[in-house]
Amino acid sequence: MKEFKGQTLSWQIVNGAVELALHHDPCNEIGSRTLEELETFTKALPDLCPTAQTLIIYSTQKAGFSAGADLRELYERTRRMDQDEALGGVREFLLRIHAVMNAIDAAPLTTIAAVHGVTFGGGFELALACDIIVADRMARFCFPELRLGLIPGFGGIPRLKRDLGNAVVRDLLLTGRSFNVMKAQQIGLVSQIAAEGEALTVARATASQVGKFDRMTAIAAKKFMKPIPYEELKREIEIFCDLFSRPAVEEGLRKFVENEGPQPYLP
Amino acid sequence: MPTTDHTLDEILSLAASHFRVPREKLTPDDDFFKTLGIDSLQALDLLTRLEHHFRIELPDYELQGVSDFRTLAQRIQARL
Repeated sequence: MKEFKGQTLSWQIVNGAVELALHHDPCNEIGSRTLEELETFTKALPDLCPTAQTLIIYSTQKAGFSAGADLRELYERTRRMDQDEALGGVREFLLRIHAVMNAIDAAPLTTIAAVHGVTFGGGFELALACDIIVADRMARFCFPELRLGLIPGFGGIPRLKRDLGNAVVRDLLLTGRSFNVMKAQQIGLVSQIAAEGEALTVARATASQVGKFDRMTAIAAKKFMKPIPYEELKREIEIFCDLFSRPAVEEGLRKFVENEGPQPYLP
Repeated sequence: MPTTDHTLDEILSLAASHFRVPREKLTPDDDFFKTLGIDSLQALDLLTRLEHHFRIELPDYELQGVSDFRTLAQRIQARL
């Protein structure tokens, strides 16, 4: 499938780059529909690779790249289930999203996340699966999961550890604070900063340069530089599921979802 | 180091300019969510602009429960 127009995302090939646009209101929350369409995308990757050298993932939503997992859907779906059923559903979702992230991580294309605005939780994890993160000056990153009694569940900790020193990872995770693009570049997450609204332009220029090189060389280099931490990723799912079954998580999610104040519920 | 009043004045000017509100309509004790008509995502946008402007890092947890410009200025002042 060379191009696709879905409810939450679309893709097409532009000048040798697969451009995957996220366009799900309000800020590309990753729920079951997005997961299905991401799976459609990863299934289409083998067809796309012969005619493309790069993949650019970006968002058309004004608020940002992605606010992460769809916590409202998670809360609404699991609150009506008994604990075993809820946990089974969460585990299945995690296994599927991990398969998607691993496929993007290992894709035989040079992958670029062009991010702006809110790049939180699962959205941040999607960006971390890419080879290069190009960020708009107004991008903001966060792993807020610990503030809700969880850990990141879409591969965040193993991929952060792959890219950053453990001390920085602990600060980001254990405080759950958000941070701007200057900090993200300083700690080594973001390699290129674009002017406000220009992340896609900079990503396209990067893709154009990357596309000049021999693909086999680029694929070999990527495999060498960016091993996928499969064992830690599996462990992440187990820890997430252990934590998810605690009452504190349901309470945290409930407060977050039911909060109607101007600021989100986050302790 | 600038005074807190000076910091407050710069915050009000930046907020007025970015959210297109007349500067004279903003006062230090205003609830900026209401006065600027912004939601939590736009508040994060404001936080990022303020961090760039003052060249500081201001963790968002320091702003939990803060909704007036004066307290915001005090939090920023503590990071200058």
